[in-house]
Parts: sequence; structure tokens; C-alpha cells
Amino acid sequence: MGVEAGRRALAALDGPLPHDLLFTTPAPAYLDKTNASAIHAALGLPADGGAYDLLGSVRSGVGALRSAQGLAGQRRTLAVIADLRSGPAGGPEERDSGDGAVAVVFGDAGTGAPVAAELVAHASSCAEFLDRWRTPGEPDSKVWEERFGQEVYVPLVEAATADALKQAGVLAADVDHVVVAGLHARAVKASQGALGFRAEALVGDRIQSVGNLGAAHPGLLLADALEQAAPGAVIVVVVVADGADVLVLRTTDDLPAIRSTRQAAGLATVAEQAAGGRDDLPYARFLTWRGELRREPPRRPDPERPGAPATWRSTAWRTGFEASDCRACGFRHLPPSRVCLQCHAVDEMDLVRMADAGGTVATFTVDRLAFSLSPPVVGAVVDFDGGGRYRCEMTDVDPEAIASGTRVAMTFRRLYTAEGVHNYFWKARPVDGPPADDDEGGPA
Amino acid sequence: MSSNGIRDQVAIVGMGCTRFGERWDKGADDLAVEAAKDAIASAGVGFEDLDAYWLGTMFSGVSGLTLSKPLKIDYKPVTRVENFCATGSEAFRNAAYAVASGAYDLAMAIGVEKLKDTGYSGLTRVHPVGDGTAAALSSPAAFSFVAPAYAEKYGVDSEELKEVMSRIAWKNHQNGAVNSRAQFRKAVTMETITKSPLVAGDLGVFDCSGVSDGSAAAILCRAEDAHRYTDHPLYVKALSFIAGPGGGAIDPEYDYTTFPEVVRSAEDAYRQAGITDPRSSLAMAEVHDCFTPTELVLMEDLGFSERGLGWKDVLAGAFDRDGELPVNPDGGLKSFGHPIGASGLRMLFECWLQLRGEAPPERQIASVGPGRNLGLTHNLGGGPGECVSFVSIVGPELSA
Repeated sequence: MGVEAGRRALAALDGPLPHDLLFTTPAPAYLDKTNASAIHAALGLPADGGAYDLLGSVRSGVGALRSAQGLAGQRRTLAVIADLRSGPAGGPEERDSGDGAVAVVFGDAGTGAPVAAELVAHASSCAEFLDRWRTPGEPDSKVWEERFGQEVYVPLVEAATADALKQAGVLAADVDHVVVAGLHARAVKASQGALGFRAEALVGDRIQSVGNLGAAHPGLLLADALEQAAPGAVIVVVVVADGADVLVLRTTDDLPAIRSTRQAAGLATVAEQAAGGRDDLPYARFLTWRGELRREPPRRPDPERPGAPATWRSTAWRTGFEASDCRACGFRHLPPSRVCLQCHAVDEMDLVRMADAGGTVATFTVDRLAFSLSPPVVGAVVDFDGGGRYRCEMTDVDPEAIASGTRVAMTFRRLYTAEGVHNYFWKARPVDGPPADDDEGGPA
Repeated sequence: MSSNGIRDQVAIVGMGCTRFGERWDKGADDLAVEAAKDAIASAGVGFEDLDAYWLGTMFSGVSGLTLSKPLKIDYKPVTRVENFCATGSEAFRNAAYAVASGAYDLAMAIGVEKLKDTGYSGLTRVHPVGDGTAAALSSPAAFSFVAPAYAEKYGVDSEELKEVMSRIAWKNHQNGAVNSRAQFRKAVTMETITKSPLVAGDLGVFDCSGVSDGSAAAILCRAEDAHRYTDHPLYVKALSFIAGPGGGAIDPEYDYTTFPEVVRSAEDAYRQAGITDPRSSLAMAEVHDCFTPTELVLMEDLGFSERGLGWKDVLAGAFDRDGELPVNPDGGLKSFGHPIGASGLRMLFECWLQLRGEAPPERQIASVGPGRNLGLTHNLGGGPGECVSFVSIVGPELSA
């Protein structure tokens, strides 16, 4: 999800790629090994940049935003925040939680590249108390009685908000859009009423549709606000998590142009994504994905752990989904090949990134024997726009709805985990769009 | 560049073949001993008369020791070969070249595979350490691309094609039902086949070959020495082996309705054997029916049917045991399962029985007769767009 959010942040970006990457999540794939480096590689960020994980408490989400802002200057920084949230089966936490990721690019406004909003002020308040906690490895949070948290939170939020607004020289009543995000529902609701903002300035929390994304939720609602705000609008982001953080932003005159560029690139807004979601995922399948339901496995060997040297050698392919184009005849090879399939030229290849190319399903099959975290495996032969063919797994796919001609985009997914090694690679995901002509996607 | 072949230079003078199946009570060693013992008895020789051995096995052992230890071979060359599903045929091919060269007088080609000890469905294999990006598709899934592509290209209704596939399985099970060495010795109704649970794409369980254990062996010598051992040898007319560039999965031109490697190996073999019309020249063929659509496409790739018309020939019964050209009269992989190292030599064993008139009367094919007595064996290893292919042609007479 972090990779997907990052791709959407960078897809229509004017100016250079971010140099450094900060990543945080309360649900990391690894300890010790940096999670951000996989995102860095999948996004094709420059090799001389840094990629760091921040420790994954819920508050680390807004921490990543602040840190990225502090790190950014002439060179841009990307903050990526992802969260997987759930709760015990049948409870309100499970009902109101969601999974998601957001990515925000920070840079110096003086570089001339368009900027959506400037950070005008920031204030925090900090307190050590027991509201929500989870020991590493546990699937669900524990929370103290809600009324206690509300009692502690509201004064902290009030103090930080007053401080931030004072720094920004803005009156609460003049704020155009207010985001209040946190996992403590009562404290969030009480804060919304206590801070003096206009009721109509409040950005809807989207908990009914996407659920509360925890660490990623403030960023989600900020994106939502930026997609609605006029130039020169004041946006306040209030984060309620182990204290309070308040950001005051002012949108710029570049905002409409940035929005229309993103729209032209086919990037869905938060509202469009929320509306376009599907709610037909069977509950048993959800529980299986979460590892809470043990399903009968196929009578097949367990998948093998990928080897470190082999994965390192194939980073361009595996993480960047780069093909090789033959300079002599133009034939495109996925994965990259040293010898051309068509003209047999040797070592006459240029690497080309295919992760962002659209494709069309040429043919497909439903494999009821192969191992998958979400059986059955749907395998598809995909012809890419501009040339190249590859046979891969599909994801987020209804085997009944797929057909030759279905349009797909590539997405970075976990194929399986073996011996603690998460095997991430690219799968094809159906996307909206008319079926392509048969001759589209032929050789370059 | 040439593929000259060794037509009429090498003879098969003895063969053995175990019963194929779930041989829980027999290990790979036992199966190899059984096939080897039958083969030398058939040739009327002893192990001491053999000069060299070629062992085909994919999973059941590595190195020549896999054979030399169970057979207690006293210091002779034993070569273990592997070439996917053509592994057994590859042992035969290399042994043939060895005696043709004059390096050895008498050689054994033997294939053995013990698959049922893994406890898994279908075939499994040990991979080199990889980068984790190889598609997880199973073999049935890889071959399941064939049927819909064929249906679309030739305008065959998908239900009709399903009937064609079922007809192939039905035919092979009919043949296996009367073969004492087959794993599955029961005829299966069209309805059972058509309604069998899906494994991948349109392929039901009965469209897939089984998993079994087995072994088969052949004794080879130069043609001029054949009558020292038997009055009824089989002569090698052609041996062809082709490995493709494996680009089908990335080549937008590849349409999944043919196996180019098979086409090439068949052309090569027919040229070596001097055959121009395989359908009328051959008396029988044992082909690699790993999945029913594979056999359908093979009928066209091997030149038995016109392009796009193989399905009609199948429905018309042209390849039935009493048809124009019997294909897999022993029951094929469908009835025997596919112990990989053994399959190629098992096919050759059926030629050995049928072309020399030694098949039991109830399943002797009528197509063999004066002027028409050649048999073809074929293996395909890998999948559509990425495979190796083997074709051999054998016959009981030296060419004039």
C-alpha cells in the first residue's frame, strides 16, 4: 500500500523525484530490515537518497509528515504512511477500522516547482498516559475506558490548537477546512466541538466508507481537503494521538493546476476512491487475509524463500519491474534478457520501467492447484501498451468478470511469505477502461 | 548445420517395463531392478554383457550411482540424464548414439521415477535458489491456455472443444483399461470426464495425467549385431530432440495453439526416417498426453491432422485403437501416469510390443502390417511456449 500511495503521489509530479523517503506504519513487514528501502526501490527513487523507517506508533504518522517537512529543502522528501487496522471479530474496532496508505511530497517552495500548500504553523502537546496500546506481534489494540481518554485529550488538543492558530495569526472561525483525526472517537468528537471552528469547515471523517486508517488517517483527510480547497484557503489538521499535533496550512495558487494535472493523469481523488470501493469481499476471505482463519492449503509444497543474492541481482526487474528493449530490433523482454529473443543480438539492451504501463489481458486462466494467499490464482498473459508481453498473477480480480481485453495496471504485492521473507512482486490488477483493440500492445 | 540421424544404425534387442501405479511397496531401486531384469531377460543377455548404461530420472536420484548401486554394476559407465518430461527418451537417445559411435557394443537405457513418495498432488520439483518472481502457475494452468486459444482461432464452440478434450481422455482410458501395466485400468464415461472438478481453466481432473511410479528399460546394440540377440529387433529410424528459446510467455506473436518445438522435432525426425506422410506411414504413435488439449494440438504439430482440423479427427475416432492411426494404444500418460524418467521408455515399450506382434491379442492394433510398421514416440517437457520436445521413430525392418 505504501508503494501504491507513493506511485500516486509521484505519478503527476512536476519537478525532480524526492531524494529521501520516510516511512512509518504500525504494521511493519520487518524489524531490523528497513521497510522503506523496498518502497524506495519500487518507486525508482534515486540511489543516493536516504530511506528511513520511523517507529510505528499511531502518532508516528503525523511525525513522519513533520520530519519530512523538516528534512526537505532544495531536495524533496517523500513521507509515506501506511496502516493495517482491525480488531477482534465482530467488534466496533473491526467495524470502524480500515487499511490504507498516504504519501506526501515535501519540498522548498523557492525552487519554482508548483506547491499545493505551505505549512504556516505547527504546535504540539505531549503527555504520557495509557489510552491505546499493543505489544509487538499482537493483532489488536487494547484501550482504556474511553471517558478517561476524553478527559485527558481535550485540554491537550485545545492547547496545541490555540498555540498553532496564534503562530499562524489565524482565528478559528476563519479556518476554511478542519481535519480532526485520531483513533479515540470520543476525544475526536469532543475536540471538534470545543475548538471554535465553523461546523461546515469540518472535513468528513470517511470512517463509514474507508474506516479509520489510524496513522494514515490524518494524511488521508488532508488529501481530501486539498482536493476540495480553493487557492489561499487555510487548512488545519488536528491529530489526536498520545497528545496532540496541529498543522496549519495555506493552499497556493498552484493548487488548481496541480489538481487538473492529477485528474488528467487519471489519478482518482480520495472521494472517488471511497466511492469506487467494493464491499463484496466475503468475510471469511478477509479473515483469511488477516491470518485469523486457517484455510485448507493445496496439497502442494510450500513456496520457497527467495535467495538474497538472486533478489539483489534482479532488483531492477523484481522491484522496479524493468524490461529490456533490444537496441537492434526493438523487441521487449520481461524480465530483462541479455540475448534478444527475436534477433539474438547479445548485450544490446536498454532497461525500461514497465511498472506504470497499462496493459490488456490477452488470455487468462484460473489455477485451482497453485499456492496463493488468496486462492484461486488467476494467471494472465498481459500485453503492455507500447509493447511487451508478460504472464503474471492477477490480483483484486473476480475470475468470473475477467475476459480477454480487460484493462490492467501493475501493482506491487506480497506473493507469499516464506521463512520470514516477504516476497513482493508485481501483479496485474483490473482497472476501469474500455477493452483495448486486439492489435494494441503489440511489439514496439 | 545438419541433423543427420542414425537411421538403421542401432537396434533395440530387448525391453522391460514395470506396472505403473501407486507402487507404495516398491522404491525407485526396486522398480529399476524390475525393469532392468526384464530387459536383459528379453534380450537374452546378462548384466555382465552390458558395456554402458544411461539412466533417465528427474527426481529419484542424481549421478550414475542411482543405478549402479541397486544393480551392483561392476565398474561400468553409468550416465544419469535429465531433460524434463523427455528424460527417459533422453536416456534412450544417448545410449543409441553411444552404440552407433562404436564406443560400446551393448548398452542399456533405463528410466525410473518414484513420484508417489512426495505426498503432493501433481508434479513438484526442486528449483535453484531464485529471486521469487517466477510465476506460481501450476502445469495444468500453463497448459490450460491452449484450449481457449485453439477454440478461438479455429472457431470451435467451447462446449464442443470440451467434448473433444473429453473424447481424448475417454479414448486413452479405454486403451488403458485393457493394459495390465497401466495405473488406471478402468474405462471412464464421457460424462464423468466432462463433469470432473476443475483444476485449472477448463481442465478437469480427467483432462490431466496422473502421478505414478514406474520404470522401463531397453537394450541397444548396433544394427548389424541385432540378430545375435533376437530374431525380432526394432531399428531406430529417427531421433530428434529440440529445446526452444522459451520465449512464448513474452512473445506477443505466440498464440498457444501450437508447440513450435514439437513441429521442429517432428520435421527433423520425418526427414531422418524418410517419411513424407506421417499419418499413413506410421502404424502407431505414443504421444505426450500430459493434458487433453496437449494431445489435440500434438495431432497437428506432428502432422497427423491438418491445422485446425485435429478436433474433427479426434471426434471421428481417427486416433482410436481401431482407428486410422492409433495414438496412445497403451493408454498414454492418462492411463499410466507420468513417472517422468520412465515415460519415454514406456512409450517405446508399447512400440516394442505392437510392432513386433507381441501385444496381447485383445489390444493388438490392426494398423500394423506389411508396408506399414513404423511407430513414433513423442515427449514434450515444459509448457506451451517454453518446452523441449523429443520424437523417435522405430520399425522392425531395415530400409531397403
